[in-house]
Amino acid sequence: MPTAKTRTRTQPRKPAPRKPAVWKLRLYVAGQTPKSIRAFANLKVLCEERLKGRYQIEVIDLLEHPHMARGDQIVAVPTLEIKLPQSVQRIIGDLSNTDRVLVGLALQQVG
Amino acid sequence: MTQQKKARRPSSKTLPKALTGIQGLDEITGGGLPSGRPTLVSGGAGAGKTMFGLEFLVRGATQYGEPGVFMSFEETIPDLTKNAASLGFDLGRLVAEKKLFLDHVAISRHEIEETGEYDLDGLFIRIADAVKRVGARRVVLDTIEALFGELPNPGILRAEIRRLFDWLKQQGLTTIITAERDRPDKLTRHGIEEFVSDCVIVLDHRIREEISTRRLRVVKYRGSTHGTNEYPFLIDEHGISVLPISSLGLDHAAPAARMSTGIDRLDGMMGGKGFYRGSSILMSGTSGTGKTSVAAHFVDAACRRGERCLYFAIEESPRQVVRNMRSIGIDLEPWVRKGLLQFHAARPTYGGIEEVLLLTHKHISSFQPSVVVVDPITTLLMVSTLNEVRSMLTRLVDFLKTQEITAIFTSLTAAGGDLEANEADVSSLMDTWLLLKTIEVGGERNRALYVLKSRGMEHSNQIREFVLTNDGLRLLDVYLGPEGVLTGAARMSQEGREKAAGTFRRQQLEGRGRELDRKRQIFEARMTMLRAEFEVEEEIIQQSISESKLLDAELLQDRGQMVRSREADTSAYKKVGSAPAARER
Repeated sequence: MPTAKTRTRTQPRKPAPRKPAVWKLRLYVAGQTPKSIRAFANLKVLCEERLKGRYQIEVIDLLEHPHMARGDQIVAVPTLEIKLPQSVQRIIGDLSNTDRVLVGLALQQVG
Repeated sequence: MTQQKKARRPSSKTLPKALTGIQGLDEITGGGLPSGRPTLVSGGAGAGKTMFGLEFLVRGATQYGEPGVFMSFEETIPDLTKNAASLGFDLGRLVAEKKLFLDHVAISRHEIEETGEYDLDGLFIRIADAVKRVGARRVVLDTIEALFGELPNPGILRAEIRRLFDWLKQQGLTTIITAERDRPDKLTRHGIEEFVSDCVIVLDHRIREEISTRRLRVVKYRGSTHGTNEYPFLIDEHGISVLPISSLGLDHAAPAARMSTGIDRLDGMMGGKGFYRGSSILMSGTSGTGKTSVAAHFVDAACRRGERCLYFAIEESPRQVVRNMRSIGIDLEPWVRKGLLQFHAARPTYGGIEEVLLLTHKHISSFQPSVVVVDPITTLLMVSTLNEVRSMLTRLVDFLKTQEITAIFTSLTAAGGDLEANEADVSSLMDTWLLLKTIEVGGERNRALYVLKSRGMEHSNQIREFVLTNDGLRLLDVYLGPEGVLTGAARMSQEGREKAAGTFRRQQLEGRGRELDRKRQIFEARMTMLRAEFEVEEEIIQQSISESKLLDAELLQDRGQMVRSREADTSAYKKVGSAPAARER
């Protein structure tokens, strides 16, 4: 795993993360806001396209489970948490930037 | 509700304030931070921002019944707890009692990938949840700018932070937002001060001439007056204490009560009553003139009256002072044991002048003495400039006066220097100035003291010699010679001369008395002689009188017989006969 120091968003990441058999995805949102609805829709589309049958999405509404925001160290929403075999990847935002989501999902190499 | 009211002292009609409980800060801000509004606390690394925030919450929770939430963006909770323990705060207990909620916001950048618009609702929810859990009235965000390093898109972040502050205001939470200040021309690294318009406090930790001083300044406080100076502050095992440089006005009380100096004749020099209670006394002199001894007398007298004394020994160790004073018959130890006298020995070089002042303040506040001795103030000059010492003393004197504490400051004057000029810049702060000096005459040094000034009382203008005896300090009689006051051997020889003259006079007097006696005796002897002569004469005269009377009688008798024998008219003789005889006489 490369360290944070040697990597910024613009640099290519080197060894590709190993791909899991089933992608476990968790989407943290705060209520039914346009952003959270958009994020969920974007995620759904993407998963259907690339991971059909190999993913699970769990949506957590922090308004209902505020303690989870603390426990899971959530600050920004929406946050998508991807459990990869070797690490946990987090993506924030409404997932409208598909390329970046794919990088996070270890489905696409950048550069 | 009642607890809330307690914390919001209505010091200003327009702006409710929340007491911080931080020593000194509430005085500077006139009652604390703006209640229900955010305050920015900015400072460089290690300036004490986190401690400031922690103390604000702990005091709120323990003293004002206002629970608090601490959102830490940098330190972990175990670290925070440990750091707070060094200030004497038990965060674990407060958390267990639900008076405090700690949350560590940890984001590691390498986990975060931005894929579009986001907001900080996650953080909002966390804060709201924490506030709800303990019913918080106070929130600290330490340091929210850390988010800029972790989250992408500063534009969104800034907007979200502004929304957060608005939300905190809406909730009526008194909030402290700490911020890192890395450049002197900016308050915060990312300019979040523009969202906090109410109150801005800057903390500073600077090192000058190897001495570090922490300082605090209220840069802005909308809708309230506040002290604008830089105030030194201290962080120690009792938390933060800020020292107001001086009270805003000279409005302290001026008690008319007097207190004895512990030296009868010195009292006598000051209208017979001694110092004013609550006045400041400067005692200056070259080394070995007995400054400490005079101070010890005063302390001893105060302790005897059952008053508390605080003695800052800056050059000598307390034990040394006690031992030395015992040699002049003043035993301070019982007072120490009784708890009436407290010594504090600290070399100012150790912590810098501000720290000395703060420590002095703290000790005075906790011990509540009626007499304070600082012996000597001149050592302070070693660690600071004259200006700073003067400003420190101004503040100290001010503080002591508001507390109506009588204070003695001793000041060591350099030998050979002009005694009165050296102290001129602090002497104006003092009410009474005693000058101790050695007078060098005839190959010896003798101690003398005089009252250079003493505001508001009559005082002697004489220079008085004194000696340190086993029985304490003793002021001697004044002997004036042709060159001023006589001291030491000169005084003794003068005393001798006066004694000799006295003896002579006495002898003369006695001689005259004797002469008088002698004269009286002569007089009496003469009187006796005269009387004897007189008596002799008297006897003779009496005798001759009675003889002549006898003669007369016999003559008459003879005539009668003659008449009778001539048968003459006796009656005519009887009647007339004696008259011509008497007339003849």
